[in-house]
Amino acid sequence: MKKLINSPDEVVADALVGVAAAHPSLRVDVKERVVSRAAQTRVGKVALVSGGGSGHEPLHGGFVGLGMLDAACPGEVFTSPVPGQMLTAAQRVDGGAGVVFVVKNYTGDVLNFQLAAELAEEEGVPVQTVLVDDDVAVQDSTYTAGRRGTGATLFVEKIAGAAAERGDSLAEVAALGRRVNAASRSFAVALTSCTTPAAGRPGFDLPEDEIEVGVGIHGEPGRSREKIRPAREIVADALAAILADQPLESGEEVIALVNGMGATPLLELYIVYGEVAALLSARGVRIARNLVGNYVTSLDMAGVSITLCRADAELLALWDAPVDTPALRWGV
Amino acid sequence: MLDADGARAWVLALAEAVEQTCEQLTSLDAAIGDGDHGTNMRRGLRAVVEALDGFDAATPGEVLKKAGMTLISSVGGASGPLYGSAFRAMGKALDTPQADAGQLAGAFAAGLEAVQRLGAAQVGDKTMVDAWAPASAAFAAEAVRGPAAASATAARAAEEAALGTVPLQAHKGRASYLGERSIGHQDPGATSTALLFRTLADVLAGGPE
Repeated sequence: MKKLINSPDEVVADALVGVAAAHPSLRVDVKERVVSRAAQTRVGKVALVSGGGSGHEPLHGGFVGLGMLDAACPGEVFTSPVPGQMLTAAQRVDGGAGVVFVVKNYTGDVLNFQLAAELAEEEGVPVQTVLVDDDVAVQDSTYTAGRRGTGATLFVEKIAGAAAERGDSLAEVAALGRRVNAASRSFAVALTSCTTPAAGRPGFDLPEDEIEVGVGIHGEPGRSREKIRPAREIVADALAAILADQPLESGEEVIALVNGMGATPLLELYIVYGEVAALLSARGVRIARNLVGNYVTSLDMAGVSITLCRADAELLALWDAPVDTPALRWGV
Repeated sequence: MLDADGARAWVLALAEAVEQTCEQLTSLDAAIGDGDHGTNMRRGLRAVVEALDGFDAATPGEVLKKAGMTLISSVGGASGPLYGSAFRAMGKALDTPQADAGQLAGAFAAGLEAVQRLGAAQVGDKTMVDAWAPASAAFAAEAVRGPAAASATAARAAEEAALGTVPLQAHKGRASYLGERSIGHQDPGATSTALLFRTLADVLAGGPE
């Protein structure tokens, strides 16, 4: 293992110290492991809190700021945060209108956020949860019961965050988050494994000429292992998997995310995006908005995930609304 | 009867028992889970021992609620929220200076309900519920004979049930992903639950009825 760390035990804490130094717009509580906006939540605004294992940066701390999350709870690497963190976050950012928890569908995350929601309610903070489960690759994995939550988390956080900013109620923000999740599908391919600092060696062996098709964001297995092929063919298969689960008709619009898993250069991500755009265009589906870059990563895993969200005018307007976070910024 | 000191003694005894069996719990978990049940429980209970040091409690419930919150905030994974909420539920049911056998029976039922509400497991799914449910029922059935006798019966029921998970196929938790390959292994969660009932029986056997 060759990594820029001080010690495997201090990876998350040291990274949070850096986040605090780099982003004065954030309040970083290294001890409680909560990243929140430096500014207090506007009274009456619904607050959004998300979190999950570390190692998926910029998810979630990189999406804290105007128009997106109010707070994020980073767990240990690939390990769920604990309810105490989420409770602290919820209490810290509640503006009196309640808190929406955005939770990726992994068993540890689900249980810990569920308990945190109960604790927050006991403390007088109403909570609604949006469960993200957009990955069509597998029904159940080593980490999940049901579908995994991946790239659509960014869509949910952006669009529900914009709805909260415009003053929607707790129920409305949560409903919108669920609608975004229901409209979104993802599929991922890995070219290499990743190495968690604690383990010190790659999480799985992937021969030089093979790819893991349908991989999860912890490197957990997907549908199959196949020989490496031209990007065009890999993208065609990924899109076929997405469209088999959610058909898109000619004339429909989508928001498309071509997401790097941590160790794939933009050169390759743009090749993938070009193929996605061409294939969707051939079907008459228009990419109304897009993102290309590293947003939901898996440490140093090489690979790409594709997420499509079927969009309408309301979702696009909320997508376009101002956002000002370390990893996503426009309209401000 | 169980008072605050008794509850404290119980939790400390459980922490000691987990120290002793940490490796066994972890190796059971390595066979069908992700291999961290022992170390997770040990980390959580060490935090509980620390949290209870100097903690002034008037009721057994306060001790158990403190233990529950500490487990919740220090364990993570699935066992943290499950055990944490079980302890919190038991604590809420024991908010009197002295809890009798009937109240304890109610506390175990409340703990079971909390675990099932969160984890949605039924008896036979090869989880901690497989030990907790029969132990709770055994305690309730024997409650008229007093806490010490009831807890001894409950401990035996939990231990038998933990052994009884060996031939089962897991339907909940990480082990469920193994399908038939989960058969032939004792469930680590049921095993740690048996420790919880055994340590209560040990503590109450040494105390006044």
